[in-house]
Amino acid sequence: MRRLRGKLAPYLLSLPSWVYLLMFFLIPLGSMLGMALATGDPLDGYTMSDNFQEFVDAFTNYQDSFYRSFWFGTASTVVTLLLAYPVAYWIAFHAGRYKSSFLFLIMLPFFVSFVIRVEAWQFILADQGFIFGPLKSIGLLPQNFHVLSTQWAVIGGLVYNSFAYYVLPLYVVLEKIDRRLVRAANDLYATPATAFIKIILPLSAPGVFAGFLLVFVTNVGDFVNADILGGPGTYMIGNVIQDAFFVNQDYPMAAALSSMLMLMLMLAILLYSKAFGTDAIQEYAA
Amino acid sequence: MSATATLPAAKAYAPSKLGERLLSGFTWAMIAYNMLPIAIMVVFSFNIAPNGHVALKWLGFTLDSYKHAFAIQDLTGALVNSLEVAAGSALISVILGTPLALALARYKFWGKTLTDIVIFADIAAPAVVVGASLLALFLTLNLPRGLLTIFISHVAFNVAFAVVVIRARVSGLDRSLDRAAADLGATPWVAFWTVVFPLILPGIVGAWLLCFMLSIDDLIITTFVAGQTLTFPLWVYGATKIGTPPQVFVLSTFVFIGGVLLALANAAASRGKKEAT
Repeated sequence: MRRLRGKLAPYLLSLPSWVYLLMFFLIPLGSMLGMALATGDPLDGYTMSDNFQEFVDAFTNYQDSFYRSFWFGTASTVVTLLLAYPVAYWIAFHAGRYKSSFLFLIMLPFFVSFVIRVEAWQFILADQGFIFGPLKSIGLLPQNFHVLSTQWAVIGGLVYNSFAYYVLPLYVVLEKIDRRLVRAANDLYATPATAFIKIILPLSAPGVFAGFLLVFVTNVGDFVNADILGGPGTYMIGNVIQDAFFVNQDYPMAAALSSMLMLMLMLAILLYSKAFGTDAIQEYAA
Repeated sequence: MSATATLPAAKAYAPSKLGERLLSGFTWAMIAYNMLPIAIMVVFSFNIAPNGHVALKWLGFTLDSYKHAFAIQDLTGALVNSLEVAAGSALISVILGTPLALALARYKFWGKTLTDIVIFADIAAPAVVVGASLLALFLTLNLPRGLLTIFISHVAFNVAFAVVVIRARVSGLDRSLDRAAADLGATPWVAFWTVVFPLILPGIVGAWLLCFMLSIDDLIITTFVAGQTLTFPLWVYGATKIGTPPQVFVLSTFVFIGGVLLALANAAASRGKKEAT
């Protein structure tokens, strides 16, 4: 009896979360895929069909937004990586006993609403704001200079909002690196640069890719930065999905677009777990 | 860390003084950049706000917005909604997440890899997709959109974060402690409540706090499932189109200070506990 309970324990412990995630995460995602394959309209209801026309239409109609989202997502994730890596590296290797204080400073923006952070950037980048306004009036910048409502404002907003999310997984992986390996490389006359490229960089790869996945997927699907900091030319796939739901009420189209984003994520997770396994994958996530 | 620190010749590792100084300068610059929007929010909450909107330029110091912090009823109501949903959904997430965290940290079982992937997918899933799929579900179930659907959706994304944070705490526990409890005749149930639970409590509180902050912050998923109900981020998002009243910055400053104080208190408490054991 006791052994049976020991065997059953993990299943009983997992049951509540699993039921909840099935009901409110997995089944909705699955049924959305179903809805993407359905045809019909909100008034007459939908009938299931097995055609993939909706996917083809979604892609052809919103090709520009797709490419733009991928460009914004890639650019912002790469820039964030380049900014976050040195910071995570310095905290992991040089911050000594102040590590957790530095991490706390990095996480401070989480205590301010996402919308308000984006809005603060709208303030900072405003054409007549407290930075560009004075620069324009003393003639350092041309009067028609503007950043807001360009793609650079959107990418900048995405970078800012992903910075902390990228530092954390990088820190987790760098912190775990055995310092003796680095010292061994030094003893064998490796220059610091060689030691970094041959030892630290490869060992931190799981964190680099896990963070890339998290940040890239989040940024590709974002619509708030594009909405607040962007302009007419920065419409992303997230904006299209939102409009498909609330403006055009074209649910199959919204479902098709969402499913495409989700399939992309699943593909990325699959590739990641093939390369690095799934044991540590969550450690990088929170 | 401490083992390597005692070895001599640790200096050989240091890349170069100049490199290190550049890196530390860069880190501080990035921290400043990281804080800039927070500073803007706090500073502009003290700015004179003509015609009830925050001005883009500094017009002068005033405490007016703080005196009338709760003057906009809809906004205050939205904040109360947010606080309720955040506290409740964080609590349910932690209650659902703790058992799963224990299972993942302490047992090998069939479906563990799948569970790992689902938890990660829940965290990584694009918010638009989660929001859209939940809205589709609620439409199909004919469930009226409001506080309840917001609450359900917030638990759906918070559970995964709760699992990850609590799991990390459970993994750090010494298993011999509850073996000792078992040897002394404690049932698993008693051992959990008297030995394990007190030790992982800081992790549970930390998870609750993270879930609370994620919930109070969520905009994208909430836009899909809120119906006519407004939460704080939704109200603020709506106001960005027409001009932000200073109360937004004031209330947000309160939330910021409250969150930071809670986090610091939990960190201090958990440090005290670690030293005690």
